[in-house]
Order: sequence, then structure tokens, then C-alpha cells
Amino acid sequence: MVWGARVLKALASGFSHIGRSVVEGTWRLGYASRFLALVLLRSGLSFGRFSLVVRKVYFSGVQSLIIILVSGLFVGMVLGLQGYETLVRYGSAEALGTLVALSLVRELGPVVAALLFASRAGSAITAEIGLMKATEQLSAMEVMAVDPIARVVGPHFWGAVISMPLLAAMFSAIGVFGGYLIGVVLIGVDDGAFWSQMQAAVDFRHDVMNGIIKSAVFGFAVAAIATFEGYDAPPTAEGVSGATTRTVVTSALAILALDFVLTSFMFTGQ
Amino acid sequence: MAADTLVDIRNLEFAYGARQILTGISMTMKRGQVVAIMGGSGCGKTTLLKLISGTLRPSSGEVVVNGEAVHLMDTDGLARHRRKLGVLFQFGALFTDLSVFDNVAFPLREHTDLPEELIRDLVLLKLHSVGLRGAHALMPHQLSGGMARRVALARSIALDPALVLFDEPFTGLDPISLTVTGNLIRRLTDTLGMTSVVVTHDVAESLKIVDEVYFIADGRIAAHGTPAEVRDTRDAFVHQFIYGEEDGPMRFHFPGGSMDADFGLGGARA
Ligand SMILES: Nc1ncnc2c1ncn2[C@@H]1O[C@H](COP(=O)(O)OP(=O)(O)O)[C@@H](O)[C@H]1O
Ligand SMILES: [Mg+2]
Repeated sequence: MVWGARVLKALASGFSHIGRSVVEGTWRLGYASRFLALVLLRSGLSFGRFSLVVRKVYFSGVQSLIIILVSGLFVGMVLGLQGYETLVRYGSAEALGTLVALSLVRELGPVVAALLFASRAGSAITAEIGLMKATEQLSAMEVMAVDPIARVVGPHFWGAVISMPLLAAMFSAIGVFGGYLIGVVLIGVDDGAFWSQMQAAVDFRHDVMNGIIKSAVFGFAVAAIATFEGYDAPPTAEGVSGATTRTVVTSALAILALDFVLTSFMFTGQ
Repeated sequence: MAADTLVDIRNLEFAYGARQILTGISMTMKRGQVVAIMGGSGCGKTTLLKLISGTLRPSSGEVVVNGEAVHLMDTDGLARHRRKLGVLFQFGALFTDLSVFDNVAFPLREHTDLPEELIRDLVLLKLHSVGLRGAHALMPHQLSGGMARRVALARSIALDPALVLFDEPFTGLDPISLTVTGNLIRRLTDTLGMTSVVVTHDVAESLKIVDEVYFIADGRIAAHGTPAEVRDTRDAFVHQFIYGEEDGPMRFHFPGGSMDADFGLGGARA
């Protein structure tokens, strides 16, 4: 009897816990949507001062360049090795160019570049906005009648959105070069076949455009998550470090989930 | 309202949710005065400043600045109000990515169309008035606490505000910087014809420079008067505060259960 009461009580507290998480999660999602709507609504003001956006393109884009280029080169080289291994079994090693280019342009370029971008630039955006909040810089701006969403958040947001497709394109380009280095220069696949098969197989609209759309969507997601986490961070040291971690984790999940959805719309039944 | 009154607060009430912070606050500040607001930590001093700057809205009562009701203002009204208002945050809240010069230039660039040469002259003039013209090229992290506070002061008076709010301008300063900051507040108030509201715990320094003092305890005005009146007071609370006595109406111990119950003393042990 006492036992039954205890189980009931545990159940009740379990349910109320779930209920509370759902309510809090929904509330936060609503808050985040409202934040995103504000950023978009006021982006006219951010674009009015385009030099601010350019500075943030430097902050998130140019600073991520090294890691993107180095990773792209290695990913391309690995693709060259693995692709050759498999293709040579079927006697079609000349298709290596096609394999490397399609893998990069459709999938690895946008996805891996976005994951790297989230950990390099997304975390930096969250940390910078969070610290500005914790040290009352955002409040100071507000009380000077300057809107921090237009002046600080907007430029960061658009800087990231602009950088992401450019970085993904560079990732893919240097990846193709990495595959060429391994496949043609090192292993000795035919040079002409490598490039001509690639040119014939990669379609601009279907492959390249879809890759660009993907990376634009990922850029949008990372920018939204990183700026929101920074703006919403509790104004303490732990608050900011927690928000930075959440940016990386949430962005990674969002990128992979979005990639599945986008891929299933773009590349099926053809 | 008398013509020389700049700030008029009537029967102000404020609560964070269910928690009452300020009750029945009424105060007037005349033009050209330096007014101190004193009280223990957490008694609602910063909250009061936020009500004057319009960051928070009262649950009832009025805040009238220069004949305009701050508590009724819409976004545009608040923006206009804040352009005539300077706020010095507790630790300065300088923009860490901007130099000293750009920090002071920030409000000028945001709110005026002045040519860059004129902004340069104005900024150097403001920096000169706080004794830091020579530091204009430094970044905020290169400044000591006292210097950062003075740069923030120069920034808050950049647009020649009618009213400046100082949130604990003396905290964490060495005795020399403390005197310098105190004298600076007095001198700038007199020479620029502004009105200053200084929130502080520092009795000795503020009694030297202010025209009037308000004491807040338990969210109410416990006492008010000129420094001379306050020094000779018979009010037990004010006496305790000014002379820093441990015992008096303000208790050292946070209210709680009786000592006997907490330490399990007394006969009635269960
Ligand atoms: N955003 C907030 N939400 C809830 N309570 C708050 C908030 N900000 C401050 N408080 C509480 O209000 C009281 C007054 O705060 P404040 O005005 O900052 O005090 P102080 O006199 O030290 O400046 C404090 O007890 C604080 O805990
Ligand atoms: Mg305070």
C-alpha cells in the first residue's frame, strides 16, 4: 500500500517534469522565433551600414578560411584514395573525378564545411555576443538609444549567412584538387579522363545549385542558433560557456537533420 | 512642478513578478544638482535607475523627466528621452572591440551627421575633460578600472545630456581614483549644466560632492536631506549607514529560524 503510493508519487513527479520540460522548450522556441523575426525585420538597418556586415564577414568567414581549406584538402585526398580503391575493382578508375566531385559538391562540401563553420565561427559569435551581454555592453547600447539587435546581432547574422556558401564552395574546390593530387598525380589515373568525366557528370543546376542551396540553409541555421544562444546566454561566465557549447551541439544536429531533409527532396528518383 | 525641477518621481511602485522591490518612492531632483541614492546591496537602487531611463516600467506611480512622463513613452519617445540621457554602468560597459576614441565617438556617430573632423575634436574635448586625451588610441583592455570608468564617463556625456545616471561609480576604485571620479562628477555637473544622480554605497566620498541624499531601505525612502542634515541625523537607520555600525535597524543576520531550532539546542529536541 505504502509502496503503491510511492510509485504513484514518482509517476506524478515524472509526468510533471516532462510537462515542465515541454512547456519550457515550447516557450524557448517561441522566444527564439520572435528573436529571429526581429533580426530579420531590422536587418534593413544592419545592411544600411554595410561596413559592419563586411567586418563580420571577416570575423566569421575569413577567420574560418584556414581550417576550411586544410580540411577540404584532406577530405578530398581521402576521397581520392578510397574512391580509387573501390572503383579499380570494377575497372572504372577513370570515374574517380566524377565520384570525388559529386561527393563533395552534393554532400561533403556543404555538410563538413558547415560543421567546421559552426565550431569555429558559430562558437565565436555566441561567445562575443554573450560576453557583450554579460559585461552590459548591450544594455549600454540600448540606453544610448541604439538597438543592439540591429547594431550587433544583425551584422553577425548576415556575416555568417554570407560566409557559409562561399566557404563551402572553397571546401569543395580544394577537395577536388586533393582528389586530383592523389588520383592523378600520385596513383596515375588518366588526367584527361579524370577531368572530362567530371565535367560530363556534374550538372550545374542539379548538383552545384543544390549544393549551394544546402550550404545557404546551413549558414542560416548556424547564424540563427549562434546569435540566439549568445543573446539569450545568462550573463555569467558559466552562462556564456554553456551557450557556446550549445551552439556547437545544436548546430551540428540541425545541420545533419536539415541535410537529410534537403537531400531527400533534391536527390531522389533521378 | 517647479521650473527648476528636472526629475520628478511620484509614488513609484515596482515589483519583479510577485516580489515587491520599490514602494511609494517620491523624489525630486533639481537642475544642476548632484543627488545621491544610498542603500544596502539589493535594495533596488539599480532598479530605480532603470525606471528613470525607461528600461523598466513601474507597476504604478510616475516618472517625469523634463516635463515628460517616461513611464508612458512609446519606443520613439524612449529613443528621444535616451538621447538626452547619459548612463554610466557599474563597470563602465565600454565596447571591448572599439578603441577609447571610438567608444566616445560611438553616440556621436550613431545619432549625429557631424563630419569626422568635428567628431574628432568633440571626442578629444570630452576625453580631455576626464583627463584621458592621451589615452585615445588605447583599447579598453589596456585601461585600469579607474581609467575605464572615466572613459565611460566621457562617452556618457558625449551628447551633452541633461541628466546623467551613475550606477555605483566608486566601486572597486583605489582612494585616489575615487576622489578623482567624485570631483569629476561634481565639476562636470557644474560646468556642463547637467544633473547627476549617483547611486552609491560610498558615504564619505559622496557626502563631499552631493547636494542631496536619499536613503532607501526595504524598498522605501528611509530618509532624505542635505549632507549636513544627514550627518546630524537622529534617524537610527541613517546613523547606522553613515557611520557603518554593525548593529542597528539593519541586521547583520539574514532573517531565519531561531538559533535554538537550527542548532538543535534547547530542551525540545525531537
Ligand atoms: N531581472 C530581475 N528579475 C528578478 N529579480 C531581480 C532582477 N534584477 C534584480 N532583481 C532583484 O531585485 C532586487 C533589487 O535589485 P537591484 O536594483 O539591482 O539592487 P541594487 O540596489 O543592489 O542595485 C535584488 O534583490 C535583485 O535580486
Ligand atoms: Mg546595483
